Amino acid sequence: MSKKQVYIYKGFERFWHWMQSTLIFFLAFTGFEIHGTYTFFGFRDAVRYHNVATYMFIGLIVFAIFWHLTTGEYKQYIPTLKNIKAQLNYYIFGIFRNAPHPTKKTVLSKLNPLQKLTYFGLKILVIPLSVTSGLLYMFYRYPSKHGVEAINIQTLQFIAIFHTIAAILLVTFLITHLYLLTTGETVTSNLKAMLTGFEELDDEDPGQEKIDEHVLSTQNLD
Amino acid sequence: MKKIVVILAIFGLLVVLAVGNLSQKDSEPTTIDILKEKYSKKEPPEVDHSKFEILQHKFNSPQEVTKACEYCHNMTAHQVMQSDHWNWEREEYVQGRGVIYLGKSNAINNFCIGTRGNEKSCAKCHIGYGINDEGIVYTDSTNIDCLVCHDNSETYVKAPEKGGLPLSTLDFNKIAESVGKPKRSNCGVCHFFGGGGNNVKHGDLDMAMFEPTMDVDIHMASDGMNLQCVDCHTTDQHNISGKVYSLSSMNHDRNTCEQCHTDTPHEDDILNEHTLKVACQSCHIPTYAKANSTKMYWDWSTAGKLKNGEPYEEDDSLGNHTYLSIKGSFVWERNVVPDYVWFNGTASHYLEGDIIQDTTKPLILNQLHGSYSDDESKIIPVKIHIAKQPFDPINRILIQPKLYADKKGEGAFWKDFNWQTASAEGMKDVGLPFSGKISFMKTEMYWPINHMVASKENTLQCNSCHTRENSRLAKLTDFYMPGRDYSSLVDTGGKWLIILLIIGILLHATIRFLSYRKIKKEVSK
Repeated sequence: MSKKQVYIYKGFERFWHWMQSTLIFFLAFTGFEIHGTYTFFGFRDAVRYHNVATYMFIGLIVFAIFWHLTTGEYKQYIPTLKNIKAQLNYYIFGIFRNAPHPTKKTVLSKLNPLQKLTYFGLKILVIPLSVTSGLLYMFYRYPSKHGVEAINIQTLQFIAIFHTIAAILLVTFLITHLYLLTTGETVTSNLKAMLTGFEELDDEDPGQEKIDEHVLSTQNLD
Repeated sequence: MKKIVVILAIFGLLVVLAVGNLSQKDSEPTTIDILKEKYSKKEPPEVDHSKFEILQHKFNSPQEVTKACEYCHNMTAHQVMQSDHWNWEREEYVQGRGVIYLGKSNAINNFCIGTRGNEKSCAKCHIGYGINDEGIVYTDSTNIDCLVCHDNSETYVKAPEKGGLPLSTLDFNKIAESVGKPKRSNCGVCHFFGGGGNNVKHGDLDMAMFEPTMDVDIHMASDGMNLQCVDCHTTDQHNISGKVYSLSSMNHDRNTCEQCHTDTPHEDDILNEHTLKVACQSCHIPTYAKANSTKMYWDWSTAGKLKNGEPYEEDDSLGNHTYLSIKGSFVWERNVVPDYVWFNGTASHYLEGDIIQDTTKPLILNQLHGSYSDDESKIIPVKIHIAKQPFDPINRILIQPKLYADKKGEGAFWKDFNWQTASAEGMKDVGLPFSGKISFMKTEMYWPINHMVASKENTLQCNSCHTRENSRLAKLTDFYMPGRDYSSLVDTGGKWLIILLIIGILLHATIRFLSYRKIKKEVSK
C-alpha cells in the first residue's frame, strides 16, 4: 500500500481546534484562579478575562455547530462500539510492540473508536455542563424583590460545584489528549496534521483523495 | 462603484459611532461630578443673627436665650419637644414585642449601662437644661438647649454633672449672635464622646472627625468636600434622619449612601451587582478608628479597686485608660478591621427587666437581624463591643447600678465603690427586683460602621473577601462565595485524578520509549 499526503483537516476545522484548545486552556487557567487554587492575574482580572474568554468560546461553539451540521462532519463523532477493544488493546499492548494502528485513518473516518466515544462525551456532556453551569454562574440572580420568583437561584453552590467538576474533566481530557497526540505514525505526525491539515495516510482508494462533499454520508463511515 | 458605497457606508457608521460616543460624554456628567458640584457650593446664610436687636440684650441664663429664640421661631419648640433628641425615646416596632418606646431612657448598653438614676451626669448630652431624677424631661420650652446644636462660635460648652446646663461663665450674647446650621463640632461634641470618652462607643465617630483629613473620611475631610453631618443627616421639623441600631429597631428613616450615590454607582457591572447583597460600607470602610483608638472591651467586674482608699487610673502608651476604679478594665484598638454581619434594617433589644434565657452565653444587647436568604439583608461592617456587666443570677436580669451621685453615702458606685448598695439603689430607681446576689456576664453590642469612608483607591479589593485564606467574610458561612468556598470532595477527587493520570502517562511513555529502543536494537541486529 502506498502512502500519500492527504488533506485531512480543513481550514475552519484547524482554526476551530486551535482556538478551542487555547480558550479551554485559558478558561481553565483563569477559572482555577477564581476557584482559589492559585493566584496569578489577581482575582478581579481573572474574572474579567474569564468572562471575555467565555463569550469567545460560546461564539466559537456556535460557529462549530453550524459547520459540523452543514458539512455533515458531525457524523464523524457518532460513537461506535466496533473496534473499541482493539483500540484499547493497541494502547495497552500493541503500542509497545510497534504494532500497527488497529483502525485506518481516512478523510471520512479520521477518528478512532475511542476518540469518537471521548469526543462525543465531551460534546454531549462535559462542554454542555461547563457552558450551562458557566452561564448560570454569570447570570444567576440573587433573590430580588420584584422579579420572577421561579428564576431566582437561592444558592450558587451547586452551580459552582458542577462548573468545577466540568473543569476538572476538561483538564483531564486536555492532559490525556496532549499525550495521545504523540501516538501517531510518528511522535509529531498528528501535531503536524493539525497544524498543516495534511497527513501521510495509506492510499487506499485514490478516487476519494479529492474531497467531495457528496460522498460524505453515513454509509461511508464505519 | 460598489466599493465606494461600502467605504462610504463604513465611514458613515464610524462617524455616527464617534459622534454618539463623544456627545454622550459631554452631556452626561457622572453622579460624582454632580455631587461634587452640588456640595462645593456653600450656601450663604439667609439671615445674620448678630443684627437682631433681641439678641443684643444682656443674657444672664441660657433659658433667657431660648426665650429670645422663641420670640421669632415661635413654632419650633413644639417640633423640638417631639424629637428623639429631646425625648430620648421613640416609638418602635420590635419583633416579638410589638410597639414600644425605646431609647436611652430604657435601654441597657455595654458602656455606662443605662441612664436611669444617673440622669444628672448623662444629661450633659441632652438637648435640654436638666432632666429630673425620674428621667422626665421638663415641659417648659425655655429648657430647650438651642445653642448646643446651633452655636457657630464654637465656644458653647455644657457643664459636667449639671443636668445639661452649660458652663455659667459663657458669653451667651456672642453665642446667640453666632447661631446657624449645625456644624460637625455641634454634633460631635456629644456623638464623638458617647460612652464617657472620645470614640468609646462608635469607633467610626471620634474627635478626629471635627477636622478630618482625606485619609480619615473622604466626605468630611476639611481639605476635601468638607461635608457637615447635616448634609447627609437631613432634618425635617427638627427630626434628624439616620439612626444607630444601639437604640433603633425598624427599617425606616435610615441614612444611606445610595441617597446620593444611587444603587449602581460603579462603572463595572460586576461591582454594581454586589450592591444587592453587600452594603457600600463593607468595601468602602476597610478599617475604622483610624485616628484614635476605640474601646473594644469593657470589664465592669474589675471596677472598684482602690489605692490607699482612693480611686485610680492606668493608661496605655497612647493615653487610653486601661483601668479606671470607677469603670473597670478596658481594651482599646486602633485601625480596626470590622466584623461583618447580615443586616436587614431591623433589630431587637435587651430592655431593662428582660429575663436572660441563657446566662452562660454572651448576651447580645442589640441583635441585628438578617441572613443570606433574606431578600432585604445586606452584609454590613460592624464594631462588636464586648463587655462584662453585673447581673442578678437569681432573677436573671441585668443590673442597672446607680453610678452617679453628688456625694458619698447615696449608694452611687462612682462614690462608694460598693456593688451591693449601687445595685440595690439602681434597681430601686428603675423599679426592678434585686435578689442581693451579683454576678458578671459577657454582653455584646453591634455598632454598624458608616463613617470614615476611604478614598476609591483605598477601598477593599476583590481578594479581601474572595480568597480561601483570611477572607474578611470567613465568618459568614450561609452562602457559597467564589474564591473562598469549594467542595473538598470535588477538589480532592480532582487533584488525585490528575496526579494519577500524570503518573499513568509517565509510566506509559517510559515503557513506550524502552520498548521502542528494544525493537530498534532487534531490528538492527
